[in-house]
Amino acid sequence: MSTQIAPPEGTDRKELDRVVIRFAGDSGDGMQLTGDRFTSVSAVFGNDLATMPDYPAEIRAPAGTLAGVSAFQIHFADFDILTPGDQPSVLVAMNPAALKANLKDLIPGGLLIVNTDAFDNNNLEKVGYTENPLTDGSLAGFQVYEIPMTTMTVESVKDTGVNKKEAERSKNMFALGVISWMYSRPLEPTIAWLEKKFAKKPHLAQANVAALKAGHAFGETAELSAFEIKPATLAPGTYRRITGNQALAYGLIAASVQSKLPLFLASYPITPASDILHELSRHKNFGVRTVQAEDEIAAAGMMVGAAFAGHLAITTTSGPGLDLKSESIGLAVSLELPMVIVDVQRGGPSTGLPTKTEQSDLLHAMYGRHGEAPLPIVAAYSPTSCFWAGIEACRIALKYMTPVILLTDGYLANSAEPWRVPSVDKLPDISIPFASQPNAGEDFWPYLRDETTLARPWAIPGTPGLEHRVGGLEKADGTGNISYDPDNHHLMTQLRAAKIKAIEEEVEPLEFDADEDAKVIILGWGGTYGAIGAAVRRLRNRGKPIARAHLKHLNPFPKNTGDVLRRFDKVVIPEINTGQLSRLIRAEFLIDTIGINKVRALPFRAGDLEQELLKIMES
Amino acid sequence: MTESGNDLNGTRGITEAGGGVGTLTRDDFASDQEVRWCPGCGDYAILAAIQGVMPDLGIPPEKTVFVSGIGCSSRFPYYMNTYGVHGIHGRAPAIATGIASARPDLTVWVVTGDGDGLSIGGNHLIHALRRNVNLKILLFNNQIYGLTKGQYSPTSEEGKVTKSTPFGSVDHPFNPISLALGAEASFVARTLDVDRKHLTSVVRRAAAHRGSSFIEIYQNCNIFNDGAFIALTGKEGRSTNRIYLEHGKPIRFGPDASKGVRITPDGRAEIVAVGEAGDANLLVHDEHRDDPSLAFALSRLADGPTGPTPLGIFRAVDRPAYGDGMEHQLRSAADQQGPGDLSRLLNSGDVWTVN
Ligand code: SF4
Repeated sequence: MSTQIAPPEGTDRKELDRVVIRFAGDSGDGMQLTGDRFTSVSAVFGNDLATMPDYPAEIRAPAGTLAGVSAFQIHFADFDILTPGDQPSVLVAMNPAALKANLKDLIPGGLLIVNTDAFDNNNLEKVGYTENPLTDGSLAGFQVYEIPMTTMTVESVKDTGVNKKEAERSKNMFALGVISWMYSRPLEPTIAWLEKKFAKKPHLAQANVAALKAGHAFGETAELSAFEIKPATLAPGTYRRITGNQALAYGLIAASVQSKLPLFLASYPITPASDILHELSRHKNFGVRTVQAEDEIAAAGMMVGAAFAGHLAITTTSGPGLDLKSESIGLAVSLELPMVIVDVQRGGPSTGLPTKTEQSDLLHAMYGRHGEAPLPIVAAYSPTSCFWAGIEACRIALKYMTPVILLTDGYLANSAEPWRVPSVDKLPDISIPFASQPNAGEDFWPYLRDETTLARPWAIPGTPGLEHRVGGLEKADGTGNISYDPDNHHLMTQLRAAKIKAIEEEVEPLEFDADEDAKVIILGWGGTYGAIGAAVRRLRNRGKPIARAHLKHLNPFPKNTGDVLRRFDKVVIPEINTGQLSRLIRAEFLIDTIGINKVRALPFRAGDLEQELLKIMES
Repeated sequence: MTESGNDLNGTRGITEAGGGVGTLTRDDFASDQEVRWCPGCGDYAILAAIQGVMPDLGIPPEKTVFVSGIGCSSRFPYYMNTYGVHGIHGRAPAIATGIASARPDLTVWVVTGDGDGLSIGGNHLIHALRRNVNLKILLFNNQIYGLTKGQYSPTSEEGKVTKSTPFGSVDHPFNPISLALGAEASFVARTLDVDRKHLTSVVRRAAAHRGSSFIEIYQNCNIFNDGAFIALTGKEGRSTNRIYLEHGKPIRFGPDASKGVRITPDGRAEIVAVGEAGDANLLVHDEHRDDPSLAFALSRLADGPTGPTPLGIFRAVDRPAYGDGMEHQLRSAADQQGPGDLSRLLNSGDVWTVN
């Protein structure tokens, strides 16, 4: 379906180039859905945008408490933007808890829209307000719209036959209606969406539509400020909105199609990776097999088995799951079979911050196995890049017969942005042949390597004459027979490392973008791409010369990495960890680095990065 | 196999073996690797029996995969001239689940032990049985850790004195048959390393069963736990203590079949003298009984192999195999939605165009 929607006509609207709105409420208030609908309409309208949900780890924390606040932020603009925005310029707070938890982020003078009905003594007390912030003057620095949303919602739906609870629950659509009016978003797509969603419960559809329209009408009659954000100029093409997890799932399906191998995914549910399992489970007509394993270890074991059986084998997880899979990944390194382990990084250690983001598994991916067990690491850098990363990880796995770790993070996983849908004919062919013939006279040697890639042949069960055994015990190079020979072990250790190192020959070189006279290069990896880009833009607007580069391959590094970094006086590495890439760069290239390390389990703010970079550039 | 079957399983480019399977011999299944168990180990007898029975199963070596974990028994795949994976400790059922659910066209065997399968890998074992993955699981139970040189295992008897339990073990052991039945296994059997005929017949039945087959094989570790099964293998015990279960027959055993098994009013199985109880009151063994409680009661006749112990097939019922169910879903999805079209998928949802 392709739609072109014009903004409502006839209103005197102030034009803005960008807006950051945060919808915040109780977990039960439907803020994710509200944000999602607003995003969908904005995307189809043609704005560039980026979104970031922020929900509690608890499914339903007690109503009205700080722990139960769920928020959704959208940044949309008439130009290409890079992040979901540092701070909201508009905050919709559905209750005192949402206000208390989010007010500190609202920009000074920002627009605050509150549901006054929720500001009763009980709710105020729950979050420790001794005075009502709506009346004590503490909000004087903001432009406040006080709207009794619950009352007006209940009033607007009274003819639809819903009960009181259902009526009150429609207030998120009222809020969406208000915001839609203010930012000139059409209602029709949401109405169609509601009618489809509640097709079996028409009275709920009616109530939600009524609330949405009532909110919109309220905005108009109360003459709330009205704005217009023109569509962005994006490259021509067909677009859709996509989250990182969904893009990754599509990337894996694309890799299956482009490798002509059936996709096999074994995973154990874990936040924030589960949505990849959910998405892939829906596409059985692509021959995608998904197994919800009994635990993380089993998921990794099944992946190894499926790889041996000749499938494109994948497991998806997050930090704690990666710990558990380490043993099987070590086996995969020893078996030299192709497979991809996706780690959607979250705050650690241990259970840590399951719903938040971090970049703290890089060294784990690199070294988190006993013995010397090197493997390639690919990192996605934006939500839409997860599609590319899925294909690239599979490509390397197949070509070099090796497990690959693909790193994304909680921010990339859940954030959405417009995606220019790639043309399928432009996707690379990543298929490799199975072994079909003996390769050593009459015999088949499973560890007889390809001379350039050092990859061993992949002979799958069912192939007559190529029966062979592989295992975790050290094996002789070539024959693959168990070998306890010391020199062979040394050789195999070197070969396993050399095979991974050899990938640098064909990994695309590290691109860098440098101003003339730039003395400082910012080197990033993973999900900080957008924030670094926005910070660099700001520095350039200030006339500060700067260079930047972003690593997509973390092992091996692109071959020119050292050369690129040595061109500059200072190498600055911002990371949401205490300096993991810094350690690798120093160790690999003997180049000193300056870290910007904030481990708040939140994405970097472009403004903070800008300030830190200025300090470094001026020091 | 049909063209589309090959596609679904990803076996493109593989040509099926010509010449049929009727001509297979034991040599087709024995690898050239030197067998390295201790002389006298019960594993030799099991290997010989398996290599001996494989040609009769009608499945060529290339369609056969042996998967193991870690332990003495887990060296097994190296000695079979089939496809094989020597995995990691306890994980064989998981690895095998990956193979069997990816490739329903293969016959996948799991060789494990009491430490590998019931201790470190207990979770994978019970879940493989619950799912009814199409696996033939051979659990070599020697009631000891052999490869790590003689610690007690989850099937060692209470009070077992070993290097790690110098004052005797205070652990209560598993009864592997009870465990498998409790885990919803659809095929559950027990046999003995030294009884080649019985072992072979049970293995044959297990191979023919679609779904998970679980066989506990009592296996003597003559180095660290010699004589653990002497009550069943000794000169006297051989005739007095082996209770062979036969489908459709009253359960009788011992010299002159003078003893039998009957079910008490409160549901236990007990051993009785046939003369006193009367033949008509004995339990008639029914492998195919859907309800597993009688099979479970039989498994409780012996806590360990120290007295009269049932051998044979406790349970053999039909239940859809995991990989088959998965393949069915793939086929019906492709039938209903048409085969996957990548371009259509990528362009699905709310899309818009920029000119
Ligand atoms: S230690 Fe025991 S089980 Fe292991 S090979 Fe020796 S005799 Fe057999």
